Amino acid sequence: MSQPNLLGIEDLEPAEILRILDAAEHMVEIGHRAVKKVPTLRGRTIVNLFFEPSTRTRASFEIAGKRLSADVINFSPSSSSLKKSESILDTARTLDAMDPDAVVVRHGVAGVPKRVADVLSAPVINAGDGAHEHPTQALLDCFTVRQQKGRIDGLTVTIVGDILHSRVARSNIYAFLKLGAEVRVAAPPPMLPPHVEQMGVKAFTSLREALDGADVVMALRIQNERLAGAYFPSAREYSATFGLDRAKMRYAKDDAIVMHPGPVNRGVELSHDLADHRPSVILDQVRNGVALRMAVLYLYAGRRTADEG
Amino acid sequence: MSRILVRGGRVLDPSTDRDELADVLLESGRVVSVGPDLRVDDVEVIEAAGCWVVPGFIDLHSHLREPGQEYKEDIATGGRAAVAGGFTAVACMANTQPVNDDPATTDFIIDRARQDSPARVYPVAAATKGLEGRVMTEMAALVDAGAVAFSDDGKTIMDSGVMRHVLEYSRLVDAPVITHAEDRTLVADGVMNEGAVSTRLGLPGNPGIAEDVLVARDLMLAEFTEAHLHVAHVSTRGAVELIRRARDRGVHVTAEVAPHHLTLTDESVTGYDTHAKVAPPLRSEADRDACRAGLVDGTLDAIATDHAPHAQHEKEVDFVEAPPGMIGFETAAAVTLELVRSGDLTPLEWIRRLSTNPARILGRPGGSLGEGKTADVTIVDPERAWVYDPAKGCSKSRNSPWAGKSLTGRVVATLVEGRRVYDVERGPLT
Ligand SMILES: [Zn+2]
Repeated sequence: MSQPNLLGIEDLEPAEILRILDAAEHMVEIGHRAVKKVPTLRGRTIVNLFFEPSTRTRASFEIAGKRLSADVINFSPSSSSLKKSESILDTARTLDAMDPDAVVVRHGVAGVPKRVADVLSAPVINAGDGAHEHPTQALLDCFTVRQQKGRIDGLTVTIVGDILHSRVARSNIYAFLKLGAEVRVAAPPPMLPPHVEQMGVKAFTSLREALDGADVVMALRIQNERLAGAYFPSAREYSATFGLDRAKMRYAKDDAIVMHPGPVNRGVELSHDLADHRPSVILDQVRNGVALRMAVLYLYAGRRTADEG
Repeated sequence: MSRILVRGGRVLDPSTDRDELADVLLESGRVVSVGPDLRVDDVEVIEAAGCWVVPGFIDLHSHLREPGQEYKEDIATGGRAAVAGGFTAVACMANTQPVNDDPATTDFIIDRARQDSPARVYPVAAATKGLEGRVMTEMAALVDAGAVAFSDDGKTIMDSGVMRHVLEYSRLVDAPVITHAEDRTLVADGVMNEGAVSTRLGLPGNPGIAEDVLVARDLMLAEFTEAHLHVAHVSTRGAVELIRRARDRGVHVTAEVAPHHLTLTDESVTGYDTHAKVAPPLRSEADRDACRAGLVDGTLDAIATDHAPHAQHEKEVDFVEAPPGMIGFETAAAVTLELVRSGDLTPLEWIRRLSTNPARILGRPGGSLGEGKTADVTIVDPERAWVYDPAKGCSKSRNSPWAGKSLTGRVVATLVEGRRVYDVERGPLT
């Protein structure tokens, strides 16, 4: 990897993305064994520094670390005795003194993993920062698409929903573009970020046009606080205009797959039926998440292991 | 009383359009004479060869943090930072603790400044009680105490009816009302300029239209009430254009722009350095260029720093939580000299925007080296290269986007009322 930290897909070369996906293939094999554990990171310490609660992503990193035999420590400043006003850089300096081998950072505000990485000597893995990036989610999404479609180059990927507030959207835009896909975004106009087309995507406010010929349709979660908020009138209207169901999926290619980073608001972003059955691949995404994060920990946290022979 | 001869410098005085090599004789706090090769005996000499000798800079917009937030800055350290940057007078905003909405607080600031500050300090009083945007302050009593203008600054008055009455009432005391023009409902949760960069960084955007909308409202209210509106720290192309058109139709409006809005853009936020967080935010290149053009053509009258000290621990938090603002006294001259080097402003026009125009807007002395005028003088070496280290500066705080940067042009001496208060080699002399 050309950089010590995984802060965002924006910083990765296409070859580096492919290297991570290839490493994840091996990790999938480990997941199929009776004893799902290898000694790769034995004696290494990985800290999950989660300023924002996240059961799923944290569990995924924790399982990934443990399958590689690392010691995984969960550190959640938001729920500990640390005051909100404690300097993030102080927290990072404290952590640095404990000499971890990798730190996985999640924060509700964009840029915190970068700022933490600026003061930490250990590699930092971004597990989601505000509306900025969520690189391991995009990598597992690419992995899942490659698994399902056999390729990414030349596909059309349509991302639907709250693009404005979505780190998943940004990371996936970078990842799929770098791997040669066409990327479209579709949302109610207030949820399209200004100048989003400068990122290399086509922006749509008509779902029908955005789905036309799509191979992959990715629905984004609408955060609860925005369900009845200022960005669209109601969940019902959102569901009618941008919610995916089998009828709307007919605009996409016949063999199009449906993805969602979870958790799904059933009946809002996806119909109940689509959330649970093909062509949705949501459970594959979750399963691949562990393997993908094993690959990331191996490639980033394992570099010191490799150096020391 | 001692006499000082500033010898051999390039004297730049916008009030008389003087631009020539000359000596300046100061006595009893006044400019006595200006001319080539003055012959004077028994006088302290300041050699100014290679330097510009100009009327002291006057800052229309700063935060000195006293009373109440002395851990960020106080009137003594703020005053020393001011003269180190060539400012012989600074206006300070009312968002202290307690708020400067009462003559007793104005008195306190003026007393403290008289004792502690080498720079003159002009308190800007709150326009409404507690900066709450509801009940206007006792403007007559505040002006008697020494307030020079009225503003709720960052707590923008959103109630148009209140703003109307504030503007109307200000005519009674003949003082400007300063607007920090951002519609807070449009700013919403924005923490940086809304645009391609905020989209890329994933930070909540604060759109330029938030400023345009409120500038438009306040210009219409100023026109309607015939009051003097001063627009603080203009940052958008739209606001510059609105002010230009209002000026053309005779609205009594003046405006200022900050060094950071003249030189930096939202690209500075890349890397999430909270020192680049300021209100209004650093904008696009098009906005920055429009601000420069507005300053050059006179639409924007003055350069004002919006010096806003914050402690280090307050800036070492995430970008949303970090308070907006940057210190600016000690870098303003060097940073804005870029407009002179680029040929956009002549040296004389540069000084006009740092000194003569701010004095006129506030109706205070200064801004002139004419004979008999007050001897507030700044000496600038426009070629002197230096690296800015806030830790070696005079402010208590270090929150500057120029920390560690190489700058060209430096204030080498500052005199207030004929007294040397700063020298670049020795630091503040008080
Ligand atoms: Zn302001």
